Amino acid sequence: MLSPAESEALLLSLRVSLVGVGCALPFALAVALLLSRVRFPGRSLAEALCYLPLVLPPVVVGYLFLILLGTHEPVGKWLVDTLGVRFAFSWTGAALTSGIITFPLQLRAMRLALESQDRGLAEAAATLGAGAVDRLWNITLPLALPGILAGVITAFAASLGEFGAIITFVSNIPGETRTLPLAIYSALQTPGGEVEAARLCGISIALALVGVSLAELMGRRFRAAYER
Amino acid sequence: MTIEVSLTHRFASFVLDAAFRVERRGVTALFGPSGAGKSTIVAAIAGLLHPQRGRIAIDGHVVLDTANHIFTPAPARHMGCVFQDARLFPHMSVETNLRFGLRRSGRTASSEFAAIVELLGLESLLSRRPARLSGGEKSRVALGRALLASPDLLLLDEPLAALDAARKAEILPYLERLRDSSRLPMIYVTHAVDEMARLADTVILLRDGRVAGQGPVFDVLADIELGPFLPAFGAVFPAMVVCHRDDGLTELGFDGGALLVPRLYRAAGTRLRVRLRAEDVLLAREIPMAISANNILATQVTAVRLSGDHADVQLRSGGIRLVSRITRASLQRLDIAPFQSIYAVIKSVTVDPQLDALAMR
Repeated sequence: MLSPAESEALLLSLRVSLVGVGCALPFALAVALLLSRVRFPGRSLAEALCYLPLVLPPVVVGYLFLILLGTHEPVGKWLVDTLGVRFAFSWTGAALTSGIITFPLQLRAMRLALESQDRGLAEAAATLGAGAVDRLWNITLPLALPGILAGVITAFAASLGEFGAIITFVSNIPGETRTLPLAIYSALQTPGGEVEAARLCGISIALALVGVSLAELMGRRFRAAYER
Repeated sequence: MTIEVSLTHRFASFVLDAAFRVERRGVTALFGPSGAGKSTIVAAIAGLLHPQRGRIAIDGHVVLDTANHIFTPAPARHMGCVFQDARLFPHMSVETNLRFGLRRSGRTASSEFAAIVELLGLESLLSRRPARLSGGEKSRVALGRALLASPDLLLLDEPLAALDAARKAEILPYLERLRDSSRLPMIYVTHAVDEMARLADTVILLRDGRVAGQGPVFDVLADIELGPFLPAFGAVFPAMVVCHRDDGLTELGFDGGALLVPRLYRAAGTRLRVRLRAEDVLLAREIPMAISANNILATQVTAVRLSGDHADVQLRSGGIRLVSRITRASLQRLDIAPFQSIYAVIKSVTVDPQLDALAMR
């Protein structure tokens, strides 16, 4: 059904997005909690900074990573030497890029969920003897779960389509950084590759549909669970 | 065994500056119109609000003292709270909600759980989600959840305000049963005189963030100086069913006489509270003859207070206080003044037979 190159691109896309969004998730949640629950000086600045990846051109983000994390740049060199982590021209770099680019999408959904939550419920839990961590774990997060999942799914879907930042930072290496969008781009650059491009587009659309239906299904599950 | 509260907190639109000290026993009602500061006081006692200045001590144990930077956080205060909006956790079943505080109190008393479920009639609701409960059921679950945390003090912040009259009537008996069967002291916030009259032992009247009056419920409700603060003014006093007469009336005895009321379907010996609205008490210089009213009480005038075109007359009959609201013209015509003897005429039908018919006090 799928050619080896196609399944390679599909699996790589899934891996890059899963790892990227998955690693960004705890950070997005922590920042969402911080922004929605704690007042601190420089809050507006921190907020603006968090939403920067959403408004910057992806190419700029990719370029910034290139000059920051390249193997010959100070930070990138330090990461390779001390932690053994190489981002440049590697699928991990693609994952990092995806995670950062879609970070604002996760953050936004989670913040909305946390801010629209009835604070009275956590207060009630406090009067029943639940401490701060207890309340976070048993009241705040479970109630925000639909929002958290919505954020993750949106970020994941957007991450699957990331092109500019990935190609700028980690280039277009088959089997390493050639995700679906990059594979489509490559096919279009090849004479007679239109059919291949169309097939890859079909895979992308199918993937998007599965994602959207999954999100819808989960949403319905939650509503049903709360109203039982 | 006392509750001492003194708070000062400046909000954008109003200033709370209230202090009171009550016995930690029975039901203390915080009574006042919306915006009087009732809920703020309760939030401060619960530890949900950190006031700008204040001191709160329960039985001498200080939980808040801004001067000495003492602030016990809410989870360590052991104050049970029942909020107007119930605040049940929507992602948990009724049973999990009920056990939330019980588990965190470090006890696993299943007999206690069963007792509360029984007391509040929650058996059939245990597996349901809060979204599927009626307003009255939610209130009962919230009450049970707070009780199962075995608090030192139960704070009820307008627990019935969101309910219609029928639901209220459904919950009030549970609250009365709780008051009478447990030793748990309660602070009950309300702006409804009927709830206060039925439940409270002690009343603290709040007005514009200040304490306007305080005392036993029977004294406060019939205090003519506090009349302007009470939307439905009238005396409340304890009474007991004496007997049911052949003419269809029931005789109630109280400290100072007897009162005939329409038939009450309660056994002789049942204790209850009687409420007489000030507007319903007529005054007469002499015993009126051939009159439809069934009750004529010999009383003494203790005070008179003029207010607008009417006058509030404070009366004493035995050990209880009564109050009568008459026109200024009537006051002058009868030449009523303190220390005089006067007859209070009370129609049986104005004594509300519903009121406290279930209160076993």
